[in-house]
Amino acid sequence: MSVAKALPHDSARLHVTGAARYLDDIPAPAGALHLAFGVSTVAKGRVTEMDLSGVRAAPGVTLVLTAKDLDRPADVSPSAHDEPLLTSDAVLYAGQALFLVAADTHLNARKAAARAKVTYAEETPVLTIDEALAAGSRFEDGPRIYGRGNVDKAIAGAAHVIEGSFEIGGQEHFYLEGQAALALPQEGGDMIVHSSSQHPTEIQHKVADALGRPMNAVRTEVRRMGGGFGGKESQGNALAVACAIVASKTGRPARMRYDRDDDFTITGKRHDFRIDYRAGVTKDGKIKGIEFLQYARCGWSQDLSLPVADRAMLHADNAYYIPAVRIESHRLKTNTQSATAFRGFGGPQGMVGIERVLDHIAHAVGKDPLAVRQLNYYAAKGTKKKPQVTPYKMPVEDFILHEMTKRLLKSSDYHARRAAVAAWNADNPILKKGIAFSPVKFGISFTLTHLNQAGALVHVYHDGSIHMNHGGTEMGQGLFQKVAQVAADRFGVGVDRVKITPTDTAKVPNTSATAASSGTDLNGMAVKAACDTIRDRLARFVAERQQAKKREVTFTDGMVHVGAASYPFEEVVKDAYMARVSLSSTGFYATPKIVWDRIKGEGRPFYYFAYGCAVTEVVIDTLTGENRILRTDILHDCGASLNPALDIGQIEGGYVQGAGWLTMEELVWDDKGRLRTHAPSTYKIPAMSDRPRVFNVDLWDGRNREATIYRSKAVGEPPLMLGISAYLALSDAVAACGNAYPALDAPATPERVLQAVQRVQAS
Amino acid sequence: MRIAFLLNGETVTIDNPEPTRTLLDWLREDRGLTGTKEGCNEGDCGACTVMVTDAGGHRALNACILFLPQLQGKVVRTVEGIAGPDGALHPVQAAMVDHHGSQCGFCTPGFIVTMAASHAEGRRDHDDALAGNLCRCTGYAPIARAAKAAEGSPVPDWIAADRAAEVPASGAESGTWIAPVSADALAAWYADHPDATLIGGATDVGLWVTKGLQELTEIAFLGGCTDLRQVEKTDDGLRIGAAVTMSEMHAVIAPLYPSYGELIRRYGSEQVRQAATLGGNIANGSPIGDNPPALIALGARLHLRHGDVRREIAIEDFFLDYGKQDRAPGEFVEAVTIPAQTDRLRVYKISKRFDQDISAVCGGFRITVEDGVVRDARIAFGGMAATPKRATAVEAGLMGQPWTHETVAATWDAWEADFQPISDMRASATYRLDTARALLTRYFLADLGAETDVLEVGP
Repeated sequence: MSVAKALPHDSARLHVTGAARYLDDIPAPAGALHLAFGVSTVAKGRVTEMDLSGVRAAPGVTLVLTAKDLDRPADVSPSAHDEPLLTSDAVLYAGQALFLVAADTHLNARKAAARAKVTYAEETPVLTIDEALAAGSRFEDGPRIYGRGNVDKAIAGAAHVIEGSFEIGGQEHFYLEGQAALALPQEGGDMIVHSSSQHPTEIQHKVADALGRPMNAVRTEVRRMGGGFGGKESQGNALAVACAIVASKTGRPARMRYDRDDDFTITGKRHDFRIDYRAGVTKDGKIKGIEFLQYARCGWSQDLSLPVADRAMLHADNAYYIPAVRIESHRLKTNTQSATAFRGFGGPQGMVGIERVLDHIAHAVGKDPLAVRQLNYYAAKGTKKKPQVTPYKMPVEDFILHEMTKRLLKSSDYHARRAAVAAWNADNPILKKGIAFSPVKFGISFTLTHLNQAGALVHVYHDGSIHMNHGGTEMGQGLFQKVAQVAADRFGVGVDRVKITPTDTAKVPNTSATAASSGTDLNGMAVKAACDTIRDRLARFVAERQQAKKREVTFTDGMVHVGAASYPFEEVVKDAYMARVSLSSTGFYATPKIVWDRIKGEGRPFYYFAYGCAVTEVVIDTLTGENRILRTDILHDCGASLNPALDIGQIEGGYVQGAGWLTMEELVWDDKGRLRTHAPSTYKIPAMSDRPRVFNVDLWDGRNREATIYRSKAVGEPPLMLGISAYLALSDAVAACGNAYPALDAPATPERVLQAVQRVQAS
Repeated sequence: MRIAFLLNGETVTIDNPEPTRTLLDWLREDRGLTGTKEGCNEGDCGACTVMVTDAGGHRALNACILFLPQLQGKVVRTVEGIAGPDGALHPVQAAMVDHHGSQCGFCTPGFIVTMAASHAEGRRDHDDALAGNLCRCTGYAPIARAAKAAEGSPVPDWIAADRAAEVPASGAESGTWIAPVSADALAAWYADHPDATLIGGATDVGLWVTKGLQELTEIAFLGGCTDLRQVEKTDDGLRIGAAVTMSEMHAVIAPLYPSYGELIRRYGSEQVRQAATLGGNIANGSPIGDNPPALIALGARLHLRHGDVRREIAIEDFFLDYGKQDRAPGEFVEAVTIPAQTDRLRVYKISKRFDQDISAVCGGFRITVEDGVVRDARIAFGGMAATPKRATAVEAGLMGQPWTHETVAATWDAWEADFQPISDMRASATYRLDTARALLTRYFLADLGAETDVLEVGP
């Protein structure tokens, strides 16, 4: 069995030797051009004059393009056709591309772009949530509203009512490999595009559209990305389209990569949110009703903001049954970078919203927040006649958090440590500790239901080697290895016999983005289907030859067994080839059971839920707000793990990324709408020593109740939200400074922690 | 001009290199060695880390802000040269595979090189050594496990051999840039070329080129001036040459002034500390450089030189205004002296991230107390004004007063007299002022033995 084994990442050896090839490592043919955008320095206004003579005269420049120089309008939006590649007139954010330079080197292109003289008629930008609300600047006609029951009545009759407003910052992806693309012109106007993209088909589609050609004229290839995290779902479009246009115009290969500062300035990030809440609870802290107002700052274009905001609404319950609930979601249009997909896709914002409310409730009723969480959990399987349903009416059929919580509390020694923290705080006036538990229930499936499909193409060559291809992309998550383990298992051979090949729109068409944690679920099933088709043909062939029944033929340990006889796999393959048996097949998969109405917010958007829980302990300095994570314990549900090593890697990495989002990672715009944190010198992601001092991660040993690939569960996004426990632990430490609820905003930088400490001390 | 160095065991000579061409661009574009990655192009992510070895040992450096002339006479290894000639994995490579230390793999070459340099030096302080390598996928836990697992393995022959490798000599010097081998030679040339740029480690000037897109014409590379890299320790105190790196500085300072040592531990990252010089950190006049507050508090003196003329000033007098220092054209920082003293220094750095971050506020305090009374107070801050600046009003408020909580509290207004900080992306003005005040409280409480350092708290 190759599945369930803790094999290393398929490229591990290539990674450590520097031999793994990323986009910018692909040798370009001679004469390749290097591109750079010239971008707007103002957030809103019109371009009144653009003097590009200095750009054109700069060393090494061969071509400078503005919107007027394009043969046809080029759009790079993934959704609403509202993102011109180059703007000809209206400027909608500081960072918007105005012109494109092609030069002999990357550095010369950047230097040339810096020579532009652009004058603007500046207008007052809409930057903040309040400004957008005041200006009525939004996507869709009005807010989306999901919910059930009479919330006002439920809250009015409650023993305690709590209210608050919670600011939640955005997050830069900071994939280590910045955005990049390479276009290679082909005969007859065709184009091959290499892109560091999670969504090769969209690259193909946008390039074809920009060139005025059908999709069959464009082939996109993606071997690997140096990190994606959602930031390469749509944000690579502009580079790929720019390269294709220049390659098409000049007949020369064209490549582009954003310098890191450009990457920050131009591309979208995680949506920042404000969540206003009002909740009514019993004297014990049992929720009667909650009202959420979710405000999402979406930026200048629509991009993926609607489904992101939908997912925030769909996770406003997290693990808790809320009898009466109203979730109102505002998607606000601002003159800032167009916020985009980021691991969790709105789910984290929705989830941290309810976790904040639970924390606030616990403070109001004077209980351990853990107890309040457990009190409000969805009912365990089998404890009710029918499963409880979410606010969007999906039954929660396999709620395993009761058992998971119990196990984690024991392994983390939560209760004793909570007492120890309290004792420590009593002795220490300056430094305070905090500890917090938080659960995750995350819905798995694209909420745009049609995206829940995948294709695969598998060849078995007549020497017995296997070539595997599918629509998923590799960004470090280990998808290729997991799916190769599936393929190897279907044929009963070692994983080393399976060749992993770049994602290629000419091999598998109409792929969905590798996103929504769905990569393995979808592509694993598609590859399984393709392998099983070929295996069945081999089995039929062997059965006929041996006069046995097809089902008596088995494939294990590199051998094909029938009756008492065993033959090496490659020998059977060779014989089948000689017998003119087809050894190639496509495979296809579409996720079952999912049907919902996103306007009403009703139905089953998710095939299943993935669960997890974490306990984090922190210490803060009440003089300065400085803080650090001392210990984290995690128990996470991957169903029957396809590869425990890769899954634990996703969990550790997801936690640290989630904790970074809510603690040190801060995006700062100035009052003109210019992003001031546009490089790692000013935007701080966690470094080596920021990981928890003690970091225990364990997998829940279960099986997916749904028939997923080998009963595993998706793992890409859910663990990010375990980082919420770090935010809650900081809040717990601040609460030790006085009697008021800390009402800590995120990211909880030292400055925000100190502000909260001062508020609590003043109370 | 010809420069020569060893690259992965082979001699490389480059005739008339463009002096500000970065090693990273040259490796990737001219040599096709694409294992070394560009992550940020400003020395903040470590994806471009290379190992540079000389008699002083194996160092991890950021290739994106390392100019070709800085490599003269060095032995350079990129990730392609870390495995053995026969393809055998280096112990840190094997450990990274075994412990699942790579996911997307883009940061991995940089990690591998830093780990190999650290391993060759027998170091076990992995969190410090790897603070300059950012990873966005793994959460670092498996990388830390891999670094630990490789600790005991012997240094491979091909790495060890680099220390003794013979490096070919360079050619004659050209007109627009030089690499002098003594302070005298530098002084003479710089007096004649007062508009030239002096480059020590290039951790600041590198960004003028990679981010500011500046064209530098006249340059002196100081790496060969061994006399500027001397540290003299006498009964009077320390004399530290301007070209002493922050790593070398750490070794000197930490035993004498542990709190200053701790500041240097958090200064930039391993790759930055191995390149950045004390002189550069002072001479660039940054209001947020980390050394000046500590040095001002210690009463350090700055030694400047123009041609053969030398002068000495109190270090705080060097910083005149934002971007303006008391330095004549053609004059350079030659050394810093720190008078011998009983260690009463505490330096506190406040930033969003502990490691490899720029200070929002950095305060140096040296308060001498005799018989319960403050006899001397020297307090200086970075990040609170347009220059590194002494808190003279606060100092005055402490002098001669009993060393009590009341005295500390009574300085409240003096802070605003001393500082009117700005708000920026690192912190608000309010936070800066609040923490500056709080740091005096921290100093006071720490003096009483209270626990005040979150970095010293265990789980």
